[in-house]
Amino acid sequence: MHSQLIILLLALSLAAPARTIRVYPGALKKTIALSQNGDTLLFKPGVYKEGTVTITKSITLIGEPGAVLDGENKYEILILSGYHITIKNLQFQNAGYSALNDFAAIKIIDALSLLLEGNQILNSYFAVHVSNSSYVTIRNNKITGKPKTEQLTGNGIHLWKCNNALIESNHVQGHRDGIYFEFVTSSVIRNNLSEKNIRYGLHFMFSNNDQYRQNIFRNNGAGVAVMYSKKVTMVQNHFELNWGPTAYGILLKDISDSYIGHNTFFKNTVAIHLEGTSRMNIEKNIFRSNGWAVKIQASCEDNNFYHNNFTGNSFDVATNGTMVLNKFDNNYWDKYEGYDISKDGIGDVPYHPVSLYSMIVEENPYTLMLFRSFTMQLLDKAEKAIPGITPENLADNKPIMKPLKL
Amino acid sequence: MMKLSKYVLYDIVRSKIILAYTLFLLIVSVSMFQMEENSSKAMLSLLNIVLIVLPLVSLVFTTIHYYNSYEFIELMSSQPMSRTRILMSEYAGVSISLLSAFLAGVGLPVMLFAADATGYALLFTGICLTLVFTSIAFLASVIARDKARGIGLALLLWFYFALIYDGLVLLILFSFSDYPLEKLTLLLSALNPVDLGRIFIMLKMDVSTLMGYTGALYKDFFGSNTGILFTAGIMLVWIIVPFWLAVRKFKRKDL
Repeated sequence: MHSQLIILLLALSLAAPARTIRVYPGALKKTIALSQNGDTLLFKPGVYKEGTVTITKSITLIGEPGAVLDGENKYEILILSGYHITIKNLQFQNAGYSALNDFAAIKIIDALSLLLEGNQILNSYFAVHVSNSSYVTIRNNKITGKPKTEQLTGNGIHLWKCNNALIESNHVQGHRDGIYFEFVTSSVIRNNLSEKNIRYGLHFMFSNNDQYRQNIFRNNGAGVAVMYSKKVTMVQNHFELNWGPTAYGILLKDISDSYIGHNTFFKNTVAIHLEGTSRMNIEKNIFRSNGWAVKIQASCEDNNFYHNNFTGNSFDVATNGTMVLNKFDNNYWDKYEGYDISKDGIGDVPYHPVSLYSMIVEENPYTLMLFRSFTMQLLDKAEKAIPGITPENLADNKPIMKPLKL
Repeated sequence: MMKLSKYVLYDIVRSKIILAYTLFLLIVSVSMFQMEENSSKAMLSLLNIVLIVLPLVSLVFTTIHYYNSYEFIELMSSQPMSRTRILMSEYAGVSISLLSAFLAGVGLPVMLFAADATGYALLFTGICLTLVFTSIAFLASVIARDKARGIGLALLLWFYFALIYDGLVLLILFSFSDYPLEKLTLLLSALNPVDLGRIFIMLKMDVSTLMGYTGALYKDFFGSNTGILFTAGIMLVWIIVPFWLAVRKFKRKDL
C-alpha cells in the first residue's frame, strides 16, 4: 500500500530536482529505481531484507533511528558505484560470507566522492570494502565484527587501490584487520579507535604518501603493520597492550622515508620492530613499560632515533647483528647510569642500550626463563665494563639526564 | 614443643642479630621507595634483595644459630622429648624470627608504597624463600660435622642456587637449542626455588615481555590458577623435603 503511494508520489513529482523520498521495508529496490540524481532517500524504521542492492545514482541515503539493513548472512547489502553518494545513520547487519568473493556490508567499486557517516555495521564478513575509488570519506562509523578464524573474518575498513581517502573517528573492533590499506595513496587516517581485531589494528601495504594521526590501536592480535611503503607519516597515535609472541606496536617492514613522531607506546610486547627499513625519523615518542622498546634488525639503515623517552621497558633496544647503521641520539633512558659533570643536561658518557642478555635472548628465546636473574645481571655488568659481544657503535652519545616533556 | 619454640625465640631476639637484619631490610626498602621516582624501579631492587640477600641470610643465620645452640640441643635430648620435636621447635623458632624480620623490614614498606599484585607476589616469594632456605640450612648443619664446615656448606648451597644453577641452565639451553625446550624450561624452573620465585614475581612485573616468544608459555601456565597452585605446591615440597631429610639424619645422629 505504502509503496504504491510512493510510486504515485514519485510519478507526480518526477521533474522536481532534489526531492526527499521516504523508504519503507520491502520497497527499497523499487524506490531506488525511481530515484534520480540528487534525491535523498529517508529510511523509515524497520528491517530491510532485500538482498543485494546496487546504487549507481548520485543519491543520499539517510536512516531514521531503527532502520536496519539485513543481509540474512547470505548477501552483500549495498554495492555503490558512481559519484556523490552519501550513506548516513543506517545500521547494517549480517552481511554474507563467501570464500570466493570479498562480501561486504558496504562495497564500493569505481567510485568518486563518497561519504559514509554515522553508520553502524554489525556482524559482517568485510564491513566496508572500497576498491579503485577516489575521495572516499568514512567518518564516525561503528563497526563491530564477530571474530572467528583469520580466514573466516574479513577486514573492518578495507581499501584497495584508492587515493585521497579520509578515514576519521571510526570505531572498529572484532575484525581481521581493523583498517586495511593496499595501494592507497595520499590518504589520511585520523582519530580512529581500532581494538580487539584478531590480526592487525591497521595494515598498510604498498601505500605511499599517507598519514595516520591521533588514532588508538589497542589490544589487537598483532598490533599495526606498515609494509612496503614510502613516505608514511605516523604521529600522535597510541599503541597499547598489543601482547603476544608476534605482537608489535608497529611492525615496519621495507619502509623508507617515513616519520614516526609524538606517539605513545605503552605495554606492548615489542613497541617498534624494524626490518629492512631505511631513512626513517623516529622522534619524540614515549616508550613506556614495553617488553622490547625497539627491535632493530641488521637490515635497517639510516634510521634516526632522536629525543625519545624510554622508561620502564624490560629491554630498550635489541638487535641481531653487530653492524650498526642507525643513530640513537639525545634520548632519555631510565636505565642510564652515567653522570653529567658539565651540568648541561647531557650525560658525559655514552649509553649502550643493547644489553648482553638481550643479545642472548635474541639468539635463544628459551633463555627468557633467566630474565632478571642474578647470573644474567652479573654477565650484563661485566659486558658493560668490557664490551665484547654487544655492538659497541650502537650507543647514544648524548643521552639526556632528565625525561623530555612530551 | 610450644614452650621450647618460645625459648628458642627468646634466645634469638636477645642476640640482636635479627633486629639488625630487620633494620637493614627496613632501611633498604624505605630508601628504595624514597629514592626512585616510580615504585616499579624500587620493586626491581627489592626483587634482588628477596632473591639474593634473603636466602643468604636465612642460610647463614640458621646454620650459625644451630651450632650456637648445639649445647642446648644436647641438653634437651637428655630430657624425655623426641628428637623430631626438638628440631621442629628449633625450626619454628628460627623461621618465625626470620619471617617477622622480613615482614617488618620488607612487608611493611611494600604495603605502604606498592600494595599491588607485584607487591603481593614479592611478599609471597619472600616468605616461601625464607622457609625453604631455613629448611635447607637445617639439613646442611645436621650433615656437616662442625661449625666451619656447616657454614661453608651453607654458603656453597647459596652459591649454587643463586648463581651456578642459572649458569648451568644457560649451558643446557644453549647445548640443546635445536630441540623444543618448552617443557624442559618449566621443569628446570621447578628445580630451583629462587628461579621459581623469580618467575612468579615476573609474571606480575613484566607481563608484556613474557608474552613474547616462549614466554607466552609461562604466562599461560604460571598465570593460571593451576600455575599458582603448582608454584605453591613446589615451594611446599622445597620446604618439607629438606627438613624431613634433616630430621631423619638428626634422629640417627650421634650427638
